[in-house]
Amino acid sequence: MSAGPTDHSRRLIPALAVASLLAVILACSLGETPMALTKVLATLFGGGDATSQTILWSIRLPRALAAWIVGASLGLSGGAMQGLLRNPLAEPGVLGVSVTASLGAVIAIYYGFSAGFAPALQIGAVVGALLATALIAFAAQRVRDMVGLILIGVGLSSLAGALLSLLMNLAPNPFTLNDMVSWLMGSVANRSLSDIALSGPIIAAGALVLLMTRRGLSALTLGEEAAHGLGLDLTRTRVLVAVGCGLATGGSVALAGAIGFVGIVTPHLVRPLVGSDPGRALVPSALAGGVLLVLADVGARLVPSDNELKLGVVAALVGAPMFLWIAARRSAQGKAQ
Amino acid sequence: MTAPLLSLQKAVVQRGQKEVLKGLSLDLYAGELIGLLGPNGSGKTTAARCLLGLVPLTSGSALIGGDPVASLSATTRARRVAYLPQSRPVAWPIAVHEAIALGRFAYGGQTGRLSALDQAAVNEAVEACNLEDLLDRDITTLSGGEAARVHVARALAAKAPALIADEPTAALDPLHQWTIMQVLARQAASGSGILTVVHDVTLAVQFCTRVVVIKDGQCLASGPPAEVLTPDLLAKAYGIDARWTCDADGSALVVHGPAAQGT
Repeated sequence: MSAGPTDHSRRLIPALAVASLLAVILACSLGETPMALTKVLATLFGGGDATSQTILWSIRLPRALAAWIVGASLGLSGGAMQGLLRNPLAEPGVLGVSVTASLGAVIAIYYGFSAGFAPALQIGAVVGALLATALIAFAAQRVRDMVGLILIGVGLSSLAGALLSLLMNLAPNPFTLNDMVSWLMGSVANRSLSDIALSGPIIAAGALVLLMTRRGLSALTLGEEAAHGLGLDLTRTRVLVAVGCGLATGGSVALAGAIGFVGIVTPHLVRPLVGSDPGRALVPSALAGGVLLVLADVGARLVPSDNELKLGVVAALVGAPMFLWIAARRSAQGKAQ
Repeated sequence: MTAPLLSLQKAVVQRGQKEVLKGLSLDLYAGELIGLLGPNGSGKTTAARCLLGLVPLTSGSALIGGDPVASLSATTRARRVAYLPQSRPVAWPIAVHEAIALGRFAYGGQTGRLSALDQAAVNEAVEACNLEDLLDRDITTLSGGEAARVHVARALAAKAPALIADEPTAALDPLHQWTIMQVLARQAASGSGILTVVHDVTLAVQFCTRVVVIKDGQCLASGPPAEVLTPDLLAKAYGIDARWTCDADGSALVVHGPAAQGT
């Protein structure tokens, strides 16, 4: 039996992997001092002069890699969350992990930890993400259905959001408030390879956990009862997706702040290309998310502006119209996609 | 006699203040097509879901192949009993052949990773449900009758010795009801054990080897449909005044209205 006319997954993954590589190289080449592609490649492989070494290894490559990692983790988490909840509107932050991670970072800013010790900001976000993940994983074992889990996630989101607003409200001075707002807008500017080394393993662990759920997400297409009948352990799947999304999303918030729309839009872009199967959509969704965010960051850098354009803002400006386009196409076709 | 494929023994399910099952016992053997009948809310679906480990028992036991449901891993359970739930919501517009291939989940199979054995099981299910022409269709665009056949095929593809089908003919036209019941009857004749919740008493008489009638969580009667489903029993179970009309082609139930008081 054929895999169906709409299934391009075998070619899609290599194509998106190549696109990821090209996007990162492009991001290394473009900037205030454009660098020829040949020079980028030469510098990457140990050649090039000292200036281009510095530009590439300390500035552009970490930034591009951070954008790719964050985009990939959001694309993957969004795909998994939509598959688990069987809902095209689900996004990685739906269970409250993103806001709680943001709260952790804002606490680090509020109490001035990050002023003396820069990684404190990222560590605060990681701690917030891990706490939220533990709570959601605990809840996932006890709830009767997914609605119960979503309600707990919404509750956690609201609480963390309220505390975040409280800290902004009570910010000791305008500079602190500015730091908070600026961080919350989401950016990968000035990230170093050591920043990536801090969040990267957490994101990678989350990604591995999510990849274990692929088959279960496919089975959930037919509904929770049928999936149970097929032999899927629903509780285990819920916990794995909660933990995986928590780690991957939380880690990405720690690395770049809150970046919206990549997580919700990317799965929709790739799902039609893999026969709509949410399990098979996971890896392409991750790769496409990475490409999208690297390109969005190139856009953020190249658009001339007085203030630095934040990646979170650009991602939302690109993502929201895409989302509308998907919604329009979906209602035109009159089917669930 | 060989051991039953599925067995409920003195099953009690308490939900809040209400006892949904009050000591219900039920055995399903290979080769049987049992029609589980009873009015809405009598506990038919709960009984079926107990046998799948979806509803915990307050007391009593639910056994699959002699083992308590709760002691089995999800995979082992699924290899012993396939399940066709009452509600069959499809979240994404996957192709029909993908939905059927998911029936091989417990064996590690699905589209793109079907072994020769998986593929043979899928092909057999496709043929049994006459779905050859629909394989590449988007499942969300099918008519109710077509979709019902796809879900039955998905359940058959598991090739489990037992199948629980909860209202497989609900909301279908007479031809599709007949088609689905015919598929289940053939499956039972070839050695499977099938427990199906049905509301259409005439269909039950026509196809089931045995009926179990339950009301208020208790078994009212169990046995060959023609012997069990008397007007008296129907009045007691459903509160209807119904008679069988028979001709050379078979019998059909005609409902005249609510049963008279006191029956």
